[in-house]
Amino acid sequence: MNPAKTLPVLLSPRVERLHPPFPVFRLRAWHGLAVAAIVVVASGAAVAQGGPTQLSPIGVIMKWMPLLLSGFVFNIAISLMAMTLGTVVGLALGLMAVSETMPVRKVSWAVTQFFRNSPWLVLLFFAMFLVPYEFRLLGVTVPFPDWIKAVIGFSLPVMANVSEIVRGAIRSIPDGQWESAEALAFSRRQTMWMIILPQCLRRMLPPWMNLYSLVTMATVLASVVGVSEMLTLTSQVHAAEGGRPELLAPLYGFALLCFFVYCYPIDRLTRRLEHRFQVRL
Amino acid sequence: MAVVADWFRWLYEATGFNFTIFYDPYDARQMLGGFLMTVQLSVISILLSLVIGILGAWLQGSNLRLVRGLVGGFITVFRNTPPLVQIFFFYFGIGTLLPGTENQWGMRQPMLSNVQWAIISLSLFAGAFNVEIFRSGIEAVPRTTVEAAEALGYTRLGTYRHVVLPLALRVCLPALNNNLVNLLKTTTLAYAIAVPEMLYVAKQIWGSSQNVLEMMLFLLFAYVGLVGILVFIMHRWERAMRIPGYGR
Amino acid sequence: MAPAEQPAWTPDQPIVRLRDVRKSFGSLEVLKGITMDVAKGEAICIIGPSGSGKSTLIRCINALVAIDEGSILVEGQEVNDPKLDKLALRRKVGMVFQQYNLFPHKTALQNVMMAPVHVLKQDRREVEDRARALMRKVRLEGKEDAYPGELSGGQQQRVAIARSLAMRPDIMLFDEVTAALDPETVKEVLQTIRQLVEDGLTCLIVTHEMGFAREVADHVYFTDRGVIVEHGPPRDILSNPREERTKAFLEQVL
Repeated sequence: MNPAKTLPVLLSPRVERLHPPFPVFRLRAWHGLAVAAIVVVASGAAVAQGGPTQLSPIGVIMKWMPLLLSGFVFNIAISLMAMTLGTVVGLALGLMAVSETMPVRKVSWAVTQFFRNSPWLVLLFFAMFLVPYEFRLLGVTVPFPDWIKAVIGFSLPVMANVSEIVRGAIRSIPDGQWESAEALAFSRRQTMWMIILPQCLRRMLPPWMNLYSLVTMATVLASVVGVSEMLTLTSQVHAAEGGRPELLAPLYGFALLCFFVYCYPIDRLTRRLEHRFQVRL
Repeated sequence: MAVVADWFRWLYEATGFNFTIFYDPYDARQMLGGFLMTVQLSVISILLSLVIGILGAWLQGSNLRLVRGLVGGFITVFRNTPPLVQIFFFYFGIGTLLPGTENQWGMRQPMLSNVQWAIISLSLFAGAFNVEIFRSGIEAVPRTTVEAAEALGYTRLGTYRHVVLPLALRVCLPALNNNLVNLLKTTTLAYAIAVPEMLYVAKQIWGSSQNVLEMMLFLLFAYVGLVGILVFIMHRWERAMRIPGYGR
Repeated sequence: MAPAEQPAWTPDQPIVRLRDVRKSFGSLEVLKGITMDVAKGEAICIIGPSGSGKSTLIRCINALVAIDEGSILVEGQEVNDPKLDKLALRRKVGMVFQQYNLFPHKTALQNVMMAPVHVLKQDRREVEDRARALMRKVRLEGKEDAYPGELSGGQQQRVAIARSLAMRPDIMLFDEVTAALDPETVKEVLQTIRQLVEDGLTCLIVTHEMGFAREVADHVYFTDRGVIVEHGPPRDILSNPREERTKAFLEQVL
């Protein structure tokens, strides 16, 4: 019944899908997994014939797996914190974008566009160098280690994207909803929180999950600014194993695999939700 | 030009804001090089990713299960892994495995330079998304429209060229637009393999001139500006292709 | 509570009183001086070609649209007043829309209950009893737990009417409530409205259903291009119009 309006940016274009005109290949989970695994094994096996004293690439990965995985868990932790922080601030920014006061809207627009169009890596540098390493509050010194600065750095683009998702979802709700809530004497705040936002939730969920996936994959950028997350550890492991060049492909392949295993299910779920919500709405 | 340089020199003396790139000839040349490198990375990667996208979408319509499976796997892997790790995997992992030559000083000369690897991995990364975008556009063309074209005697290729693609392109332009903007922003990752693009140059400059804040601000505005130009071009294109009454 | 300068409203005065109401959207003048009086318990039908400003007119009465000039008194209270408590006004004036505008994330019963619970802060249990009674009144017993998407257009529109009635309004505004419906479901909605009129609720109805207007209205207004061309009892307006424009319009629709 609703006019078909989608978020312009993060959802794939809404389409009337009767029958696809051409045969469509349905991806199953194992397809991607298999390709990723082949990459690792093949790149490992291709150079497995090192010296007898040297561990094979597979052996190296097995040996250092606990360390590498602990690095990966750190990546996930950073992504979750950045997502939480960015979502809270982004929600506020998104609500400001539909404010009735013109200056508030303008400020929200400018902040959103600025942080949305800046590269994540530049924003990360931005946070690294410009956030103080400690923060004094009422005589208490709160230290800001690098990883917290990284969380702040990642939350900036999250904030801007969440703001855009929220604004888009609110705008996609038909005007009639606002009008009828108004006619029933709901205040603007009541209308927003009880009528508009609950309807937005399902529209916001898929792009929001997609964004989370992007944040997770972006956390490796922290290695560039010296936070010891998985990618940093990977190059340290490589150095510890004598810096053999043939180890690089398997080691980075393993990092690819870890992220793939984590992000692929999120991607699948996002698509399922997207599809379901499109059909139902 | 001299006026600009003088003004920025004055700005530095008056306020301490030190934009060396606007008055120091060496820094200016460096940054111009970085800027051109970013533009070069962006333009070549955008074009290559479009080619990959079209090719991939076409291959996905193939009758061979294997071909469709490979394209599907390619998309899935590139969508769900960090682009930075992809660059490292290609540059360090694959790059060291490829045969190299020796240069005049007896140093190992890799087959592909870091710039070339950056372009390859960025194109593959963005191309994977483009395949999906083009495919969803093609799927959006109603079956009945395709049937109508076939009933008029168009061949499969003719239907594709004259009916499906023109409509599909219009459907997928917003998503394509978004992905290309994303690609432009992702070119900063080339920093990690020492490609002298804007971020890399900026870091060198603030290393010697101690003007982190100024360089940061310059970078942010430079990227917002570049993205703005790309969005402007894409919107122009979108408007030029708009069909009255079709879509919104 | 009327402001000091306005005498308290008594039920023998017009419940809705419009004086020379003007409204423009940009350079387009939609209402060019509308004057009308509605007595308590009266049913008014407003007819006229599309784009004649009918919808804007009734949206002004509950302040969904702010007017540029003129005066609107609802129960003696000035609507065209920057200090107006819009929410208080809207508690007295119910409105039903062409596109039903039910809240799709709530069931039919929840739709009816929401405003009394959240806006009037009434007791949930009491509101639920009343909401169920209203669902019976609009003959939708058994559909309480259905979501709007599971109901037909006519059913949704009747839920929308119940939702408005749950606020116990003194006045109801209907904005072409049957225009988006299938012909066979139009009747059930009109039947519901007719019942409200018979109950003595003041109704302002914008409609294209001439038969319905003839049967239900105490007074018919014909509007065209932002002015009231003529008004009077339905017999006069619909059967013996004096104005050429009214004649032309009626010939077209009948």
